Amino acid sequence: MTQAVLDRPVARKQAAPGRRRTGQGVGYLFLSPWLLGVLVLTIGPMLASLYLSFTDYDLFDAPHWVGLDNYVTMFTRDDRFWHAAGVTARYVGLSVPLKLGLALVVAMLLNRARRGAGLYRSAFYAPSLLGASVSLALVWRAMFATGGTADRVLAAFGLGTGGWVDRPQFALLAVIALAVWQFGAPMVIFLAGLKQIPKELYEAAELDGAGALRRFRSVTLPMLSPVLLFNLVLETIHAFQSFTGAFVVSSGRGGPGDATLLYTLYLYQRGFTDFRMGFASAMAWVLLVVVGVLTALLFRGSRRWVFYAGEGR
Amino acid sequence: MIRRSWAWHLLMVLVLVVLLYPVGWLVSASFKPAEEVLSGLSLLPSHPTGGNYTQVFGGVAGYSVWHYFANSLVISVGAVIGNVVSCSSAAYAFARLHFRGRGPMFGFLLSTIMLPQHVVLIPQYVIFQKLGLVNTFWPLVLPKFLATDAFFVFLMVQFIRTLPGELDEAATIDGCGPVRTFRYVIAPLLRPALITTAIFTFIWTWNDFFAQLIYLNDPARFTLPLALQIFVDQTSQSAFGPMFAMSVLALLPIGLFFFAFQRYLVEGVATSGLKG
Repeated sequence: MTQAVLDRPVARKQAAPGRRRTGQGVGYLFLSPWLLGVLVLTIGPMLASLYLSFTDYDLFDAPHWVGLDNYVTMFTRDDRFWHAAGVTARYVGLSVPLKLGLALVVAMLLNRARRGAGLYRSAFYAPSLLGASVSLALVWRAMFATGGTADRVLAAFGLGTGGWVDRPQFALLAVIALAVWQFGAPMVIFLAGLKQIPKELYEAAELDGAGALRRFRSVTLPMLSPVLLFNLVLETIHAFQSFTGAFVVSSGRGGPGDATLLYTLYLYQRGFTDFRMGFASAMAWVLLVVVGVLTALLFRGSRRWVFYAGEGR
Repeated sequence: MIRRSWAWHLLMVLVLVVLLYPVGWLVSASFKPAEEVLSGLSLLPSHPTGGNYTQVFGGVAGYSVWHYFANSLVISVGAVIGNVVSCSSAAYAFARLHFRGRGPMFGFLLSTIMLPQHVVLIPQYVIFQKLGLVNTFWPLVLPKFLATDAFFVFLMVQFIRTLPGELDEAATIDGCGPVRTFRYVIAPLLRPALITTAIFTFIWTWNDFFAQLIYLNDPARFTLPLALQIFVDQTSQSAFGPMFAMSVLALLPIGLFFFAFQRYLVEGVATSGLKG
């Protein structure tokens, strides 16, 4: 890439400045911000963090090569690492299906041409914009505190759980609830997918005597499966990187009792509180590999359940 | 499933109430006196007070809330300008211009959309630290001028591909080179995608916490999310009122954007699968 850019002025002097040649240079000109960004802020840092993951690095002294030490420590001697991985697995495993399930149900309810449907759609989407903020995480922290609103509502139903954010067995649930509350974005995407399903399919199914459940299973689900896969992949990748909610609810500590210690939170602590940048880099690469493998598995497994209409082969 | 219109509306309103309760709770708490904040279920404060707001305007951690507001605004507006300029420029190159390596580079662009930021985080931090730019706004704004938000590039490429190629040809016949074609033909038609990019960039940057937490550590440079987080950890429960007043102020621009552009926002998500 760089070579081509360097060659350009020379090439231009030699050959007649034909349209295509001009196009070459102008193409790179328009691309230059992105190219610079990719080299300096993506590819370079990726290689650097891979290198750092094999070193001991505290940001002040030069990185010191330690081979696989960070990885060995992480996998065999660091209980908090496995704990954080477990918390993250539970977080992703619960928040993604709950969020998508709710999004699908509400999208189906909204997918009838009734007056006001557009208004509800916009209103249900609002939490997706607000929920990522520190402000809402603070609301969550106060509402799920002992004596807070959620505690009192649950107590009124005879479920005296105490404040969720103060109890290790419930704290993660409060963070998951904050994620599920933001179901609006996948709901809007589901709704767009539902609108694409031809009405005739439902009419034909009804003529054949299919009930509501059967129509959902045999028409809606297969026709919506590409959108479902899209949402599933997007939300999963997103959930693995979730940070703000757990950080704010636990004041950055991941407590109580490490109950909300998400992987990214532990990575942040190791890197930017303990200044163990080498270890944090190794954690980042493990995250990249896990997310990459999981995404690949989702796509692979999807061949069995995703149906692409018009794919007659 | 639900045939009757009133039953459907009832259900929708019920969902709406549950969903918006936390927002109502927040606004209400910001007008409540300290002792009432945590315990009250009611959305109507029994003794409404503007005291929380007065206190926040007076100063939090040594600065008025406007100070943090201004910091957030500078970063967000900087990010919007950066994304709009750099992403549209890259998108034009990918969608319309011919150059060596276009295909593989576009493939790489797509793969970076999925890349977890943590894998570039630490070296990026080291770069900005060596440049002496930690604790300035540059690490938060500069990357946007280098089109690091690959998703918006992709969004605009898709948009430009829907524009008829005859427009470019006509411009070429009229003597426009690629630069002027972009300036006078493509950029004006790209407006809807530019607006979508601008709105989402603003909201995401305004709400962002992680990057700001890492790069800013001097209260003079704090943004609203950082000031809020520090505030809650430094004060006792009695200060919850002012904290929520500040939270409301932090959400205000998002709310305004939502009411002004909800069409763009919802359509943007529906057509492109933008994350909310």
